[in-house]
Amino acid sequence: MSGFISNTQADVQQMLKVIGVGSIDDLFADIKSHHRPRSFDIPSGRSEFEVMEHLYRVAADNASYLVSFLGAGYYDHYVPAAVNALASRSEFYTAYTPYQPECSQGTLQALFEYQSLICTLTGMDIANASLYDGGTALYEAMMMAIRITGKKKIIMDGGVSPIYRKIIRSYTSNLDIEFQETPVAHGRSDRSQIMKILDDRTAAVILQNPNFFGAIDDHEDIVGLAHAKKALVIESVYPISLGLLKTPGEMGVDIATGEGQSLGLPLNFGGPYLGFMASRKEYVRKMPGRIVGETVDTQGRRCFVNTLQVREQHIRREKANSNICTNVALCAIQSAIYMSLLGPKGLKDLASLIFNKAEFARQELARIAGVEVKRSSPTFNEFTVYLPRPATDIITKMAKKGFIAGFPLVRYYPGMDHYLLIAVTEKRTKEEILAFKSALEEAICS
Amino acid sequence: MQLIFEKSRPGRCGFSITRCDVGQEAKIPSPYLRKKECLWPEVSELDVVRHFTQLSQRNFSVDTNIYPLGSCTMKYNPKFTEKAAGIRGFADLHPLLPQLDHSLVQGALEVLYHMDRLLSEITGMDHFTLQPLAGAHGELTGVMLMAAYHRSKGNKKTHIIIPDAAHGTNPASAAIAGYDIVTIPTDKKGVLDLEALKKHVNSQTAGLMLTCPNTLGLFDSDVDKIAAIIHDVDGLVYYDGANLNAMMGRARPGDLGFDIVHVNLHKTFATPHGGGGPGSGPVGVKEHLSRFLPISRVIKARNGSYALDYDYPDSIGYIASFYGNFGVILKAYAYILMLGKEGLKEASEHAVLNANYIMEKLKAYYDLPFDRRCMHECVFSASRQEKKGVHAVDIAKFLIDQGIHPPTIYFPLIVKEALMIEPTETESKAELDILAQALIAAAQLADDDPARFKDLPKTMPISRPDEVKAAKDIRCNFFA
Repeated sequence: MSGFISNTQADVQQMLKVIGVGSIDDLFADIKSHHRPRSFDIPSGRSEFEVMEHLYRVAADNASYLVSFLGAGYYDHYVPAAVNALASRSEFYTAYTPYQPECSQGTLQALFEYQSLICTLTGMDIANASLYDGGTALYEAMMMAIRITGKKKIIMDGGVSPIYRKIIRSYTSNLDIEFQETPVAHGRSDRSQIMKILDDRTAAVILQNPNFFGAIDDHEDIVGLAHAKKALVIESVYPISLGLLKTPGEMGVDIATGEGQSLGLPLNFGGPYLGFMASRKEYVRKMPGRIVGETVDTQGRRCFVNTLQVREQHIRREKANSNICTNVALCAIQSAIYMSLLGPKGLKDLASLIFNKAEFARQELARIAGVEVKRSSPTFNEFTVYLPRPATDIITKMAKKGFIAGFPLVRYYPGMDHYLLIAVTEKRTKEEILAFKSALEEAICS
Repeated sequence: MQLIFEKSRPGRCGFSITRCDVGQEAKIPSPYLRKKECLWPEVSELDVVRHFTQLSQRNFSVDTNIYPLGSCTMKYNPKFTEKAAGIRGFADLHPLLPQLDHSLVQGALEVLYHMDRLLSEITGMDHFTLQPLAGAHGELTGVMLMAAYHRSKGNKKTHIIIPDAAHGTNPASAAIAGYDIVTIPTDKKGVLDLEALKKHVNSQTAGLMLTCPNTLGLFDSDVDKIAAIIHDVDGLVYYDGANLNAMMGRARPGDLGFDIVHVNLHKTFATPHGGGGPGSGPVGVKEHLSRFLPISRVIKARNGSYALDYDYPDSIGYIASFYGNFGVILKAYAYILMLGKEGLKEASEHAVLNANYIMEKLKAYYDLPFDRRCMHECVFSASRQEKKGVHAVDIAKFLIDQGIHPPTIYFPLIVKEALMIEPTETESKAELDILAQALIAAAQLADDDPARFKDLPKTMPISRPDEVKAAKDIRCNFFA
């Protein structure tokens, strides 16, 4: 028997006898002959060894060996071995949604801890147990703001990841939501533009910090303006930056979301990732997704359950806050392990380290003739540079020299052909940064 | 058990920071800095390892327990697929690399391309998008495809038809995409009520979402007639693939008249459920809908190289940040390659055999609202036990004390006191006999001494939690 099937031929015969049919085919009698597949042309099975050899060969066709300065919201951080060792406990990864709390306290407590870790990281009151990724989390936050305010106009800052903005636009194409986007000014949120269009009909202002170009901002003033119009503020954040930067909670933001990939998950070519969401406590009943709550058992012992399930689709069906069911619980647990290992000191040290490395890279690259480093606002671990030649040409040349040079902004911002977005993580050494600088000089001159 | 925060001791740290090899003179101006400390715990690596290992031991899981959770297909998750997803050339790959140069990611694109072809062949569809990140996300994508189709014809259709037996995600997904929901009852045979369907279908019908086999584990022999009724009003027929594990090699949604399909890779294709995700819910369509699929799409050039193509002006746009849960897709791909044609067919056969076997073993002890051949799962009712004051939830707690994860309870909603059992193909007769014995013992105890159920389970770290308190005095943050 293949396919991880445990029944033997003898088992099958006995089972068919108990059921009272002559063959397995008889069990499929409801599928009539005219329902049968017109084709089922799948290759024959292979051994585990053969499949692995095949996959190693396929993986070798990917350029994972280049020294990378590519980020744009997704960062190549080091993941301590303990993270995978613990997340690979099969009691975590082969369980499902904790519908039965008595035999799922492991998952439930881990998710409660995850929610608490996200709350203190972002400075918010409450968090849910995860959404798919940073982009869909931002979409869910926007829908939540619409539910809370009963209004349908959304102001979106041009510094919000264009990847996220595209998702939000696609999701709402069949809905009656009014969008207005404000371009960034000098690399940051343009207050005067936002003020101009912010009105009583506005449900939410959506911001990002650091923004897509890497610039750091303090959005507290925008929060004040928005609240005066009874609009909410949603801010998408890069979690590692919060080791140093002012939190959404400190700015008075209503809903904070973000991409949690940097909290202990590999880049995985785009997923699975982790969408986190935290908010002020008065909005807990409007929040989408699973929420783990603390309670007591019949003997008064502390325990944890999925709570406020009346918000969810399996109870409320078409009136639910969201259609989300399966989320990314394992990724949330994985990030909880990562956050616990780092602790407050590890987080702060890591944030300082990558800030310092990025500053070093920024200063070094600024010395190259023809390269302009935008300095209008401070940055964290990512920054935009102007190149004397189209960024896409430079990237191609740099790949031949062993580097992924960064992200060409022209892909999302027409006209920005010469702009390159460069990210630095703790994995990049001084030596690599200097080698990158030399290679870039050559690429520009050649 | 203590929370990780309660184990915190000032000065401990489980992380080894890399020495800073550059200058540290630069400073972020203070208005931009956080003032309030982040209260992550101060714990050593051993503290963290012990804590999470002990937490894991407070879970039932497929690797440790029989887990016949209906409609969730909790089959065994092969270990080699974990290894496959961890291969460095895949795991370390940045998702924006194709925006730089497709030649950097030929291997990853090859996997996506082949997965599209394999899923298309398994389900009888023409093209797949692998982007949806879970089943419900696939449903939303499917409904958006329906909307795009009708928009392209200048039609504004208003409702989507959904059977009362459907998962809650179906109506929730359709509502989020802007549609009204029309609910159709289940008939006495346990399938969609055809007469009721005919009454409700009209020119405003955008489409129908159908789970097949349905959540009662029953295959609707009229499925092709249902599709024709919807097609007659230019509606589209959506296949919810939650239960595809019954069908592989036996019937294909594409041949049955479905226009749109989603499959749950974390069910049928054996990727782990992760305590509630990550999942993956690819969506397949027939040729006439392919121009609406999300971008990007993977294409293969004449020279054999792969690329991402964004040039589909009618596309519904972007439904995920990238190409789907690639790590999950990779595991499912490895699983399909290993099982192959025969293995997939055999998986469905044993899934159906096991469900019918457990149904037969329990028939005498529990009410079976729809007493007929089932497919991959069967749904009993504890209504007989309820008369003694023993509810489905009580039986679930009894099973927990036997070391068995309970079946899905109280779903589908149309069955009173429902017990929904899906054994999957990877359980053996011997394990099913243990499951049957435990459920028979529960039925007998319900007869003999129903009061005994009230304080179950007794063998777990906790007894029954106070769910009302949890919702009333909401506490979801240790620090609040």
